[in-house]
Amino acid sequence: METMENEFVHSGSFACPGCGLAIAFRHVVKALGKNTVIITTAGCGSVVAGYYPMTTSKLPFFHCSFGTVGATAAGLRAGLDMLGKTKTQVLAWAGDGGTFDIGLQSLSGAAERNDDMVYVCYDNEAYMNTGVQRSSSTPLGAWTTTTPFQAPEDRPKKRMAAIVAAHEIPYMATASISDPQDLEQKVRRAKGIKGFRFIHILIPCPTGWLYATKDSVKLGRLAVLSRIFPLYEVFGGKQYRLSPMGEKVPVHEYVASQGRFKGLSEEAIQGIQGNADQDWTELQDLAARSKEGRS
Amino acid sequence: MKKLMTGNDAAALAAKMAKPQVIAAYPITPQTSIAEKLAAYVAGGELKSRYIKVESETSALAACIGGSLSGARVFTATSSQGLALMHELLHWASGARLPILLVDVNRSMAAPWSLGVDHNDTLSQRDTGCLQIYCETAQEVLDNILIAFKLAEKVLIPTMVCMDGFLLSHYSEPVEVPEQEAVDRFLPPRKARYRLDPSDPCTFGGGVSGQVLFELRQRMQEDMDRIPAQLSRICREFALQFGRQYEAVEVFKEEGADLALITAGTMAGTVKAFVQENKTVGLVKMRLFRPFPGKELKKALKGFKKAVVIDRNLSPGAGGIFAQEIKAALYGSRKRIPIVSVIGGLGGVDVTKEHLDRLVTGIRQQRKVPTDLLWMEV
Repeated sequence: METMENEFVHSGSFACPGCGLAIAFRHVVKALGKNTVIITTAGCGSVVAGYYPMTTSKLPFFHCSFGTVGATAAGLRAGLDMLGKTKTQVLAWAGDGGTFDIGLQSLSGAAERNDDMVYVCYDNEAYMNTGVQRSSSTPLGAWTTTTPFQAPEDRPKKRMAAIVAAHEIPYMATASISDPQDLEQKVRRAKGIKGFRFIHILIPCPTGWLYATKDSVKLGRLAVLSRIFPLYEVFGGKQYRLSPMGEKVPVHEYVASQGRFKGLSEEAIQGIQGNADQDWTELQDLAARSKEGRS
Repeated sequence: MKKLMTGNDAAALAAKMAKPQVIAAYPITPQTSIAEKLAAYVAGGELKSRYIKVESETSALAACIGGSLSGARVFTATSSQGLALMHELLHWASGARLPILLVDVNRSMAAPWSLGVDHNDTLSQRDTGCLQIYCETAQEVLDNILIAFKLAEKVLIPTMVCMDGFLLSHYSEPVEVPEQEAVDRFLPPRKARYRLDPSDPCTFGGGVSGQVLFELRQRMQEDMDRIPAQLSRICREFALQFGRQYEAVEVFKEEGADLALITAGTMAGTVKAFVQENKTVGLVKMRLFRPFPGKELKKALKGFKKAVVIDRNLSPGAGGIFAQEIKAALYGSRKRIPIVSVIGGLGGVDVTKEHLDRLVTGIRQQRKVPTDLLWMEV
């Protein structure tokens, strides 16, 4: 039953109108429950968390230095374990900058050591908090203030999921704010597993993706349907399992709904479609092999 | 019981006896053997601790920050470039008021590369809000670590215990090893007043207004001002328990000594030997550098007519760092003595009694006290 007792986010936050991050945070902490401590770092998440003397979170929260979420959470875990608080969940909460870029080393360290934490990357595909600068998560063809319309992003998004999976961690999943039940279920599944668990959530961002604030959930859904951001789980870094996603739609629908892809030629959009198709085929193949036990 | 051990052995043993629950370290010469020793203690079951073998010094201190936030006692050790890599995190640790114990085995900063000792690594961190204690002997390394844990956890400020690379870290000396029970009495388990706890949820380290930051910084300074007296009380307690007495600033002289040689680290040992043969010279040893013990220094300099500061460091463009701070501390004193500033021993270059003799003789021969920066012979 849905009650306020299961809500760990206060109403009202510093998020922009239509921000997908506030939605994701609410569902993640709801699924993790009361016995959770949170480490976050510079990013939209640290702003959404509130400004002294206010706080969005009803759970204990520490803002660590940029790029050290993995290591700080690992230290916290170690201390809690030594003090007998082995049931307390440690949530590492970082954006794409704090995960793909400046935080990659400390993430890799924590993942490689299999430190016991739930690491959630809230991925809005650029440095949104500082005003939309490109990160290595920014997709091919996208506008940001450092990849202006005359010269949009010319590299595909970093394949973070593959990098994390290569650490052979016990559990990894992708999730979208457009399917909060799937998201919560994955967080609960992660909660039941020990070791390093990674959940990658795509966060539509009206401020940086340039669309109407009412459309965040729709954009999340289109990312999934177009297989730009397919939903799946990886167990032990090898066993892939696809999540229910609905009928595949062309990438065009997703791209055309966002101002950041404005002015892309039909050819460029076909290029994005080609990349998405190839990735999707590879992912389906991995899932099929896993099902047959040939990982 | 006395045992022969290196400074690094003493550091690892002291850390073990202090029973930190979280250790995070990354190898760097000449610190590495501390990290190795502690790993062996943990692996052998002699120390119950979580040892996180991190992938960088940044992560070492980050892990200590996380560990300390849980309420656990935490320890790390590093050197030189490793400490420089921790720089940002030192600000986080002190700003978050986390009582982390960090041993730095002093080594010069690259480029170019030299593994020898000078104090530029730790002194570059002087404005991070961390306490700094310097050691002359392996015994002091052991004792200072126990004292520093107690101090850090009382005042909630990260503390560095600094020892000279190789000269102290790698040479063996007899060290009086305390009984574990006595250490436990002196240093009971940490009781954290503030920690990340789901039963009492609080947010730390988030956004604040400029006014709040200003007030917190002012409070940090006020707390720093109280530390020399607090350290002195802890040192008296230590002396009662273990029989060895320490001061923030220590004086070693005979009646009638008129020239003070001021220094820190192992060079104090050489000066001590020199002073024993030259009764007109005294040693003033700076054990505490942060907070700067201005009052204690003035007291220590009573009776001296001039002072020569030998800095094993260089702030290029400004000179010796201890000398600057000593001059600043004495500014405005009614009886201000002249201070000569000398740079010596950079990169681990040896400073001998003969060097000191020629330095002091040279200064005494001049009619006016030299105001220019002097350099020890190499």
